[in-house]
Amino acid sequence: MNIFRIIEQLSEVDSDALGRFDSRRAVFKTLGETAKKGALAAAPVFVASLFQKAYGQTTAPSVVEVLNYALTLELLEEDFYAKMIAAGQVPAGAPAAAIALIKKHETAHVTLLTNTIKALNGTPVAGKKFDPAKFPADYTTQLAFAQALEDTGVRAYKGQAGNLMGKMAGTTSLLQVALQIHSVEARHAAHIRTMRAQTPWIPTADSSLPAPLGPVYTGAIPESNVTQSGVNLTTQLGTTYTANDAAASFDEILTMAEVLDSSRAGGLVV
Amino acid sequence: MSKIITSGGDEAEFAKPLYVPIKRRSFFMYAGATAGATALLLSGCDDDDDDTVSTPGMVNLGSGDVGVLNYAYALEQLEAAFYARVKASPASDFSNTEKDYFNQVAAHEAIHRDFLKAAINRDAPGKIIADLNPNFDSIDFTKRTAVLNAARTFEDLGVQAYNGAGKYLKTAAYLVIAGQIVSVEARHAAYVRDLISNGSFADDSIVDAATGLDKALEPVDVIAAAQGFIKEKLDATNVGK
Repeated sequence: MNIFRIIEQLSEVDSDALGRFDSRRAVFKTLGETAKKGALAAAPVFVASLFQKAYGQTTAPSVVEVLNYALTLELLEEDFYAKMIAAGQVPAGAPAAAIALIKKHETAHVTLLTNTIKALNGTPVAGKKFDPAKFPADYTTQLAFAQALEDTGVRAYKGQAGNLMGKMAGTTSLLQVALQIHSVEARHAAHIRTMRAQTPWIPTADSSLPAPLGPVYTGAIPESNVTQSGVNLTTQLGTTYTANDAAASFDEILTMAEVLDSSRAGGLVV
Repeated sequence: MSKIITSGGDEAEFAKPLYVPIKRRSFFMYAGATAGATALLLSGCDDDDDDTVSTPGMVNLGSGDVGVLNYAYALEQLEAAFYARVKASPASDFSNTEKDYFNQVAAHEAIHRDFLKAAINRDAPGKIIADLNPNFDSIDFTKRTAVLNAARTFEDLGVQAYNGAGKYLKTAAYLVIAGQIVSVEARHAAYVRDLISNGSFADDSIVDAATGLDKALEPVDVIAAAQGFIKEKLDATNVGK
């Protein structure tokens, strides 16, 4: 680890990077002492806390917080599909079967997450419902809401993967379980989108959703993004690809704050 | 040719972090999380201890994060080659919708392949695996059903591979990338399943009915399943280790 190089890199993008640390001298003194004690294993933790302090960010959410966030979304989805089935407008046959299958999975996710949170001695959130006042009266709009919920769910899980790295429940990797839910949400999203005669993946511009669902594909990193890890997918891969293909080939993350924003899922839950 | 790829010979380029340049806003996002700080630490490391020993006749995917990236790159090479072939000569009984599906997915998989190639060459110069030669002898590309079934196998396998390998990544930024790709693979898988049989996008044969979980497979098991479609012998025993 070369802390000086990291700080040097920081200075390149943030001219007052050093000024952000409470005391430049104190930082290096502590680092030196840490190294002297041979406690190098603790260095990543120290540096993490240093950056958190320097940039005034809140601490990364705990595992139970992440799982409760996921559970909130699953409860919202489960209740939405329950309301959709109860509304009785889903055509019999393939559409009804698809909605029933998706509802079954959301219920299974609710059970799984609830039990996992309990096993970790946490308190699972409960009673989160889809706001009845926001529930659409017609089937077409109900499907549009389902698309918004599923595509948001995919983005939401993706946004929390980093917070589950290395986190275990007994011998089970919580990250892997989250990924296994995440890909199911993506399968749901693909099917709902095709039920609406949309592509199963998200193109550069998806303006087919009625208000208030427009912001689903926006965010700090919008779904129209074509640059991944600093590489422009349309121009820097040796072959020229269209912006539509580049945007569709990668789904983007949403942060917890973005998902819980009142213009997205946060505005639909009571 | 991409600037990223051709810059591989410049020693100074190697020392740069994953995100070049670090975007101010995205840096702030990373700085907030312990995982992000760990990624920064990795990018600040001079040494790379992912050296692998190759056995003659085998393609060793390697260990550590680059092993996982090579593993993903191997699978994306396979998928991209498959779809390129379907796109070049589609089965005569494909509908226009199906041809359109294969054309779009061919582009997605080619982008995944080319992106991983660029990222590995940039972040782990000299560690990328060679171009693989696919062996699609078992697939009858003239028959719609055979092609759809093969596509379903590749897409479901891809989902299971990413789901099982995510936990082996140590760098948060790579995990985000893997997550961004796997959900698109799941979208492909769902759609091709629906082409075969509408409603099978996430049926009980692929998603566990009790837990609602997609499957996850370990790298050695995925490679065992994919090996029949690749001429070179792949060794995934150290992926993630």
